[in-house]
Amino acid sequence: MEASGGVVTPGTDVRQKEKEREEARAVERRGPGRRWIRPLLMWLAVVLICIFCLFPFYWLINVSLKTGSDLSQSDLLPPSPTLDNYDSIFKNGDFTSALRNSVVVTSITTILALIVGSFAAYALARLRFPRKFLLLAVILSISTFPPIAIAAPIFKLWTEIGFYDTYIGLILPYLTFALPLAIYILTSFFKEIPKELEEAALVDGATYFQAFRKVILPLAAPGLVTAGLLTAFFVWNEFLLAQTLTSSPKAFTVPVSVANFTGSQKFEIPLGTISAASVVITIPLVLAVIIFQKRIVAGLTAGAVKG
Amino acid sequence: MEAATARLGRGRRRKREKSYGSEERRLATLLLSPAMVVIALVAAYPIGYAVWLSLTEYSLREPGKWRFAGFDNYSEAFGSTEFWGAVKNTFLFTGLSVSLELVIGLGMALAMHAAFKGRGLLRTVVLVPWAVLTVVSAITWRTLFEPNLGLAPTVLEKIGIGENVVWLGQEGYAMAVMVLADVWKTAPFMALLLLAGLQVIPDDVYDAAKVDGATTWQRFRRITIPLLMPAILVALIFRTLDALRIFDLPFVLTGGTNGTSTLSLIAQQELTTNNLIGYGSALSVLTFVIVMGVSFIYIRTVGGNIKSLAEDT
Repeated sequence: MEASGGVVTPGTDVRQKEKEREEARAVERRGPGRRWIRPLLMWLAVVLICIFCLFPFYWLINVSLKTGSDLSQSDLLPPSPTLDNYDSIFKNGDFTSALRNSVVVTSITTILALIVGSFAAYALARLRFPRKFLLLAVILSISTFPPIAIAAPIFKLWTEIGFYDTYIGLILPYLTFALPLAIYILTSFFKEIPKELEEAALVDGATYFQAFRKVILPLAAPGLVTAGLLTAFFVWNEFLLAQTLTSSPKAFTVPVSVANFTGSQKFEIPLGTISAASVVITIPLVLAVIIFQKRIVAGLTAGAVKG
Repeated sequence: MEAATARLGRGRRRKREKSYGSEERRLATLLLSPAMVVIALVAAYPIGYAVWLSLTEYSLREPGKWRFAGFDNYSEAFGSTEFWGAVKNTFLFTGLSVSLELVIGLGMALAMHAAFKGRGLLRTVVLVPWAVLTVVSAITWRTLFEPNLGLAPTVLEKIGIGENVVWLGQEGYAMAVMVLADVWKTAPFMALLLLAGLQVIPDDVYDAAKVDGATTWQRFRRITIPLLMPAILVALIFRTLDALRIFDLPFVLTGGTNGTSTLSLIAQQELTTNNLIGYGSALSVLTFVIVMGVSFIYIRTVGGNIKSLAEDT
């Protein structure tokens, strides 16, 4: 306590002492032998959570390393582990083109959502105009639309104007569904940047656009990363629209390709290769989670605890 | 001279204020329009178009044949066992998965909140199921419950559950696997939302209660739960909206057979497999109406959050 610089308010000191006394009393009550119970329970909970979260994914990797007769046994470790399944999916042209399609569609949608979204978010966070609440409510209600509601009309429209089974035919609806979340996250990040910074820039003769580009954007970089990650996760994961609006390997995305996998032998569901493909398309997301855990959690909880 | 300058100054000031306001508005319109155009063209317009299509009889198989059908598609839906089956399955799935997710998510959040060491690591671990694609989560659980290959039937049989059951091939059991797959993927998401809620409860409140002699259960019941309520509500609504729209899981796990067909799934199948644009649209519109009803409650609940974002600072 002395080491903390001596600025100890009497209040905290008293409370601290009281806490210590209380804890000592509690330990006395429980008896010295039971002091380890709480940490033990805690570690048990931690281990249980880890097993619950990680075991199914481990199982998928396990299955992806099995071939032939191993696939009819429920071993926890593959008896004769092999990378044959991985070999075969990368030789499968349909799967590799689905990977390419997903990378292209995801990156374009994410970039567009960030550009269009940060424009809108800047206006919502900084500029004064009427009916802002209504506008935000409308934008956010889009994110609760069931994609199936627009599937039929878009399906019909796209077949008529030639967007069916193309990249643009997927990017447009994805952008629509990604924008509300991107706008929400970016608006709350922009709002946290002190207004004085931009006002100083404006006074110094910068235009709104310069203030936005040179002051707001660099400071909002964490918000952009968060919004970009969540958009990319959404697009990479989306299945209903991709399944409805594509019909060939030309535009199949990875979820469609994996869900409709048929092996070399017809009538047999090739669970080994499906699992390998599943692992491959999930690895980038797991890596992103490990690297950007803090940013992702910030984005997911942005709507939950504010206000 | 002085008066003139003052007048000029006042005039300029008023002009500047006025033009400042309109310039600001013009800029706001400019910045918002790209987003609004995309949303209007690819969300609002299609919804209107879907309502119109749902009033027609139109099949892609016979593009020439088209007629205005009024509410025929809707009465067909209301008279079909397929529709009511999907309604039942969707709500059963939503009720079961969301309540299980709440219980498990809350447990996980409390454990993560109590664990001082390794909280960051735990957060990463619980994000793994969230990061796994829904389609992949379905495939994972399918391989876990597949006869012979799967580990789950063997383990469950040992504790007396589901002897000689082909899990994905039997009504009830197939739904159980679907719920399990969903709980696995999204309980961690729930946990993170609730953990964020737990972290904003000040420690002082607990200390005060402790001094007053409240037991752990009392502190949980009288402090944690009430103060966590806003976060619980938001998490529940998010999850309910998602669960009502479920499509990927039944598609991959069972193709909608064995009592797992959901609203989104039957609507999509009518559209793409049967090419019935009119009837499929009617089912889509019904799904939309149900989900929007719940989402209306959502906007009401988080209205405060939106308002604080919309406030001018």
